Amino acid sequence: MTLSELKQGAIGIVKEFTDLEMSVKLMEMGCLPGEQITIARVAPLGDPIAVNVSGYQLSLRKFEASTIILQ
Amino acid sequence: MKTDLRVALVGNPNTGKSTLFNTLTGLNQKIGNFPGVTVDKKTGYCTLPDGRTAEIIDLPGTYSLYPKSQDESIVFSILADKSNPLTPDLVVVILDATNLKRNLLLYTQVADLKIPVIVALNMMDLAKKSNISINVHLFAKKLGVPVIPVAARKGEGIDKLKEAITFANKIALQEESIDVESIAPKLIAQITKEFAIDNSYYALQLAHQHETIKFITPTQSERIEEIEKEFSFHSQKAQAAETIARYNFINDLLYDTVKIPETAKDETLSNKIDKILTHRVFGLFIFLGILLFMFQSIFSWSAYPMELIADGFVWVQSALHHLLPAGPLTGLVVDGVIGGLSGVMVFIPQIAILFAFISILEDTGYMSRVTFMMDKLMRKVGLNGKSVVPLIGGFACAVPSIMSTRTIENWKDRMITIMVTPLVTCSARLPIYILLIGLVVPNRNVWWLFNLQGLALTGMYVFSLISAVVVAFAFKLVLKGRERGYFIMELPVYRMPRWNNVAYSMYERAKTFVLQAGKVIIAISVILWVLASYGPGDRFAKIEKKYSQPQYAGYLSADELGRQIRSEKLENSYAGVLGHAIEPVIKPLGFDWKIGIALITSFAAREVFVGTMATIYSVQGDAENMETVQHKMKVAKDPETGRPVFSLAVAFSLMMFYAFAMQCASTVAVVYRETKNWRWPAIQFAYMTVLAYTASFIAYTLLK
Repeated sequence: MTLSELKQGAIGIVKEFTDLEMSVKLMEMGCLPGEQITIARVAPLGDPIAVNVSGYQLSLRKFEASTIILQ
Repeated sequence: MKTDLRVALVGNPNTGKSTLFNTLTGLNQKIGNFPGVTVDKKTGYCTLPDGRTAEIIDLPGTYSLYPKSQDESIVFSILADKSNPLTPDLVVVILDATNLKRNLLLYTQVADLKIPVIVALNMMDLAKKSNISINVHLFAKKLGVPVIPVAARKGEGIDKLKEAITFANKIALQEESIDVESIAPKLIAQITKEFAIDNSYYALQLAHQHETIKFITPTQSERIEEIEKEFSFHSQKAQAAETIARYNFINDLLYDTVKIPETAKDETLSNKIDKILTHRVFGLFIFLGILLFMFQSIFSWSAYPMELIADGFVWVQSALHHLLPAGPLTGLVVDGVIGGLSGVMVFIPQIAILFAFISILEDTGYMSRVTFMMDKLMRKVGLNGKSVVPLIGGFACAVPSIMSTRTIENWKDRMITIMVTPLVTCSARLPIYILLIGLVVPNRNVWWLFNLQGLALTGMYVFSLISAVVVAFAFKLVLKGRERGYFIMELPVYRMPRWNNVAYSMYERAKTFVLQAGKVIIAISVILWVLASYGPGDRFAKIEKKYSQPQYAGYLSADELGRQIRSEKLENSYAGVLGHAIEPVIKPLGFDWKIGIALITSFAAREVFVGTMATIYSVQGDAENMETVQHKMKVAKDPETGRPVFSLAVAFSLMMFYAFAMQCASTVAVVYRETKNWRWPAIQFAYMTVLAYTASFIAYTLLK
């Protein structure tokens, strides 16, 4: 399952990434393997989404979320 | 100013770095440029407890030393390049105590460069409120550097921080965070040896960034490339390994020193606010409401101060005309220079108010939410969620709006936003539209409710937004992106705006505008004044002679005579000659030489059109006398055909011209300032002029 398929409010754990370039940016922002992640909100038009990770809130596009594979 | 110590502030965005900078330096600061790049450099001075003066440099906020924008790449260049004249003696890393994990990544990178470093642990008040307990003593011991708890907004801990800066070690004593060599042992060894570098992490960063950094020579860069090939170094894989290692170190560190209570993970106030402000349905309506309020305020609040400024300049001009002897020099100074200055100054209230709003929206964190909500919509046309704000601000004035595009990190998105913002109907077009619509559109209601003139004006506003979107889409197809677009962005918690910061931003932006755009405006006004006041050969002398003959002097009143002389002189001035010269080009649009002069003079600023029309139709006064200008224009007849000059076709053709043409020297100047390259304002000027001509031609041909 990828992060883009996670339901709002559900908790996931980051496992790995499908895109190396994107993963580097995501990991810098605290989105690392083993880290707990929840979907906080979806933008009014359905994209992007806001997630809680590493103690703060991060927004990313659905496409970017789809490169994050959850455990 | 003589400085004894150079201190650089480094930290993530939204950590209160700017607040800390302002608190340390007071208003004793200046904004310049980092040498060779377009990034704003903020420096200030701070007197230390022992009487020495420290120069404080506020480096751009960044999440890591691996840059994602030009602003961010400055941080590594300043910190690492020992030959850089700005290299700091000490780095203060600012950490947000409520969000330590992600903040510490940058700290570990900076620390590994082995520059003397101290930590300012900011937002301690908020951390206490959330019951986050930090064992500062142990934290400092594990890092091996002084850690000073501060609350920059409340001014708490600032004295302690100044003390720590004063007594900071001159050598780096921090603990190793990760084993840097293990990431690429042979590569690091080779680079440290060949380039005589004593720091492994610096060597590793050189391998990562050698293609973009400016402080190494092309030969050196090529050599690094060879070494990378030799040891099959993969930049992104190495960076991924490094980031994971750093977060392992950080997790261990935080496990021992920080206790975050479970309750802190409960729904925060910020989340509750977000539930309303980014609500699926209300979110967009609230945003629309905020925009309407902002737009209204920019117009209504600025009306009175703008009038005061304009009146003040008129008063100064007339006073100077009385004081100084009449002559060409007085004319140049009073009408050319001061007249031009007043054209700049009247925009100050609009700029200040717009930037007050923008600074409040940014400070509170709402701007990130607007970006979050609008991104999908804007992306479709090649813009970015962050383009919304400049586009809306464009209704007031393109100049501050173009300055506000700096919040857009993606180069391509920012350039497209800059290119289309001047298409949005700005306040300077309003007098022209009102004048022309009043001339040709009947003032009556349709369907009882809608006034025809009002509808025409609203149509012009909507039309401008549509054209901006269409042009943006065209640029999306043409421009090549330099970097892959991302939307991985922090949504900071909501905070109260810092009012002194709002005031400072208003002052700073207004000052920048007056100084930068002002120079160009004054230059162009002077040129225009000369062109309109002098004519080739002895034409002016002949006019004087003609009107001094008794058949004129006797029959006409002195006022009427003066008007006729001015009008005829204008026709024979260089500007008038120019107007006649461009007549063949603008004839297909339905314009005569008089409108041609107005097109030329209003290059400096669109609203000059009304004033020029007033002069040409020899009416005394300017925009204030619009009724009379309108009347004169209404009765103006074509000398050959006898038909009215300002037909429906001509008026709409003119409006189309002003809707698209880049008739604004301040915008040209600010686009140059923001892009630091004449190519951009040139492209913009060219495409807008072509569009203006085409739209004008179509309007005239269809309505003729």
